[in-house]
Amino acid sequence: MGKTASKAPGQVIVVTSGKGGVGKTTTAAAVATGLALRGHKTVVIDFDVGLRNLDLVMGCERRVVFDFINVINGDAKLNQALIRDKRIETLYVFPTSQTRDKDALKSEGVATVMQQLREGYDYVVCDSPAGIERGALTALYHADSAIIVTNPEVSSVRDSDRILGILAAKSRRAELNQEPVKEHLLLTRYSAGRVASGEMLSIDDVKEILSVPILGVIPESESVLRASNTGTPVILDDASPAGRAYEDAVARFLGEQRELRFVAPARKSLFRAIFGRA
Amino acid sequence: MRILDFLFPKRSASGATAAIAKERLQLVLAHERASRESAEVLPLMKRELLSVIAKYVAIKEDMIQLKLGRDGSASVLRINVEFDGGRKPKRARV
Repeated sequence: MGKTASKAPGQVIVVTSGKGGVGKTTTAAAVATGLALRGHKTVVIDFDVGLRNLDLVMGCERRVVFDFINVINGDAKLNQALIRDKRIETLYVFPTSQTRDKDALKSEGVATVMQQLREGYDYVVCDSPAGIERGALTALYHADSAIIVTNPEVSSVRDSDRILGILAAKSRRAELNQEPVKEHLLLTRYSAGRVASGEMLSIDDVKEILSVPILGVIPESESVLRASNTGTPVILDDASPAGRAYEDAVARFLGEQRELRFVAPARKSLFRAIFGRA
Repeated sequence: MRILDFLFPKRSASGATAAIAKERLQLVLAHERASRESAEVLPLMKRELLSVIAKYVAIKEDMIQLKLGRDGSASVLRINVEFDGGRKPKRARV
């Protein structure tokens, strides 16, 4: 881990969803941080050209000097653009550019950068933009595995199905006839109480519809907003259910067996029921 | 009110909409997956069919049409092959 010379090539993970606002950036930040916490040399890349946000969620927005486009255009070296996380030694952030030119991520340039990152890192986490346009396609193209972020809600599930189809057809692995991209489903904004009352699609429902194995279930949690407010990946918040659920998801990604937590409705205390306060 | 809600939790007759969501999703996705597959598979199938038919009969690419449609709940694949009456079929090689 973390060796620079002649290490095994790193694994590329894309965090994608089709639909916007489901928690891709939160997830990319949390997963990358979780992998780095376990000692893996990890870089997380923002592919959302023109709408840079990973830097804010990671809390390094004031340290951005060069970006993805600068590196592709040869205006900066890769190492000049990578921002080393102040909390975790093995974690790096690669910010995107704020240019409005959506085609600025040229595919040959991206391929060269991805190759360099594979050589230097254990995990390369790609935070995809929403949609199925060029940016999203570029983000998923190099993936070895994919984390599909889905809310238990009709439009999100449908868009996830669409992006699964694209992963199977348009990724580099598909084009080269290699073993397909490994798919993981991450359910976010899950509300066990609403599932119990039949208001929300359950884990089993979504699993059955999409037939992709579940990597984790992140409960709807106030701590996610708190984390992005302060630029701290939510996985660093040990006290929050969302943080612990992300930690479980990372452990499962690395092959550990862990039971799903926070998927049963919280019992309301009599006090809370009467006074309506936590 | 809150005490009542706690003691008699709503069995939410109108709120239990997840089942509707699931059913609607399953229907629309079955349809979308089928059309996605046909977009990828049909051109390949057409090419292979052409090469097989061309072994026996003179045929041009525009003389074969593949169409995936629906008939009630079943998917139907229609293959339409035109032959040019005036053209002599090639002798099949055995």
